[in-house]
Amino acid sequence: MKDLGPLIPRNRAAQPVVHDPNVKTTMRLGPNQPLLSLESTLQEESGPRFGHSALGPLDNNLIANYTGGAAMPIGERIRVHGFVRDENERPVPHTLVEIWQANAGGRYRHVNDSYLAPMDENFGGCGRAITDESGYYEFMTIRPGAYPWPNHGNQWRPMHIHFSVFGHSFNQRLITQMYFEGDPLIAMCPVANTIKMRSQLESLVAGLDMGASRTMDYLAYRFDIVLRGRRQSMFENKLEGM
Amino acid sequence: MVQRFNPPLETPSQTAGPYVQIGCTPNYAGLSGIYPEDIGGRAIEDGAKGTLITVRGFIRDGRGEARLDPMIETWQADAGGKFAGQDGADPMVNGFCRFPVNAETGEFELITVKPGPVPMRGGGFQAPNIAFWMNLQGNNIGLSTRMYFDDEDNSTDFVLSKVPQTYRRDTMIAKKTGTGEYRFDVYLQGDLETVFLDM
Repeated sequence: MKDLGPLIPRNRAAQPVVHDPNVKTTMRLGPNQPLLSLESTLQEESGPRFGHSALGPLDNNLIANYTGGAAMPIGERIRVHGFVRDENERPVPHTLVEIWQANAGGRYRHVNDSYLAPMDENFGGCGRAITDESGYYEFMTIRPGAYPWPNHGNQWRPMHIHFSVFGHSFNQRLITQMYFEGDPLIAMCPVANTIKMRSQLESLVAGLDMGASRTMDYLAYRFDIVLRGRRQSMFENKLEGM
Repeated sequence: MVQRFNPPLETPSQTAGPYVQIGCTPNYAGLSGIYPEDIGGRAIEDGAKGTLITVRGFIRDGRGEARLDPMIETWQADAGGKFAGQDGADPMVNGFCRFPVNAETGEFELITVKPGPVPMRGGGFQAPNIAFWMNLQGNNIGLSTRMYFDDEDNSTDFVLSKVPQTYRRDTMIAKKTGTGEYRFDVYLQGDLETVFLDM
């Protein structure tokens, strides 16, 4: 197997802070000791692969996958799509992308969610896709609603979709959230603002993509994702004669 | 003055939140009928080579209270030290496993085979270990650690030998509690805080 080199170390300044007094739970549950930083090994560079055959035809269609297409959920129909690439700007093909979200009223289909907004009997709230050769994925869904949460004061989560992406290395694993362009709640959200680098927070806000939307059917939002890359060097690969 | 060079930064993480099970283990979360089965439900298939083991443990806060919402993912080599996808790897070892903790008690259970030593890039081997990645409320980014075995020779392992305080090395070593049974408790904070990795 060709050695693609170690993973590029994670830039922690471009990631959310571990402890943020504005999100109470981070103070009690985020580790206090510094992380132990080491160069990756085969253990971190290898990872599980999932085939296209593992997926059903409606898996990436949250409008249809809970009822099998028999009835449609309430809400604005949207398409969410984009490319998964790495820090070297290479596509990440054939990788699993999973999403989950609240319904149009801001309620999750979960036993612990007791928000006032009603369940939608035609909406489950999860979907998955595998990227194609170029790293492209797409979902059809409904726009999730904002919802309040107990932290301090009167706090609301902006509309968001949770994303889980695998990549090809176990330490490329990423769980994040996609926000929507123009949502005024983003700037007020303590969770979103655990990311202190402004351009990085902006990278989680999907833009309205009129070119990909369909007349009389759905609006589209474009959300590209960047996973960690690998540091390739001829020196380390010990080519003949070096 | 310099040539422009702006490589993209890795997309920032956000907390998986309290409803991660909806997206990652929907059948477990009660959303049956969307997927036939949850991804990563088994680390191994029947007939996997090696020593069958069961690992149990809790993810605890600084005061020892078990958390009830974590989602755990593990990745490991087969008994011969090869990962799924490598030439010669045991086809019955998936290597990857994804599981929630018990919603009432917080205990998790991983049934797998003991991994073999994995080769290092520069030569030599790592002591047998299982990589853990955990997502739970109160964490803006997933937590990585490794689980080693107290009945293996860990003395020359690359990662363990880099832990500055020797007493903290033990936080990454599971204790044998019976034939093929190990206990591995993870502490998020406090005197027993687990060593978390950035690799």
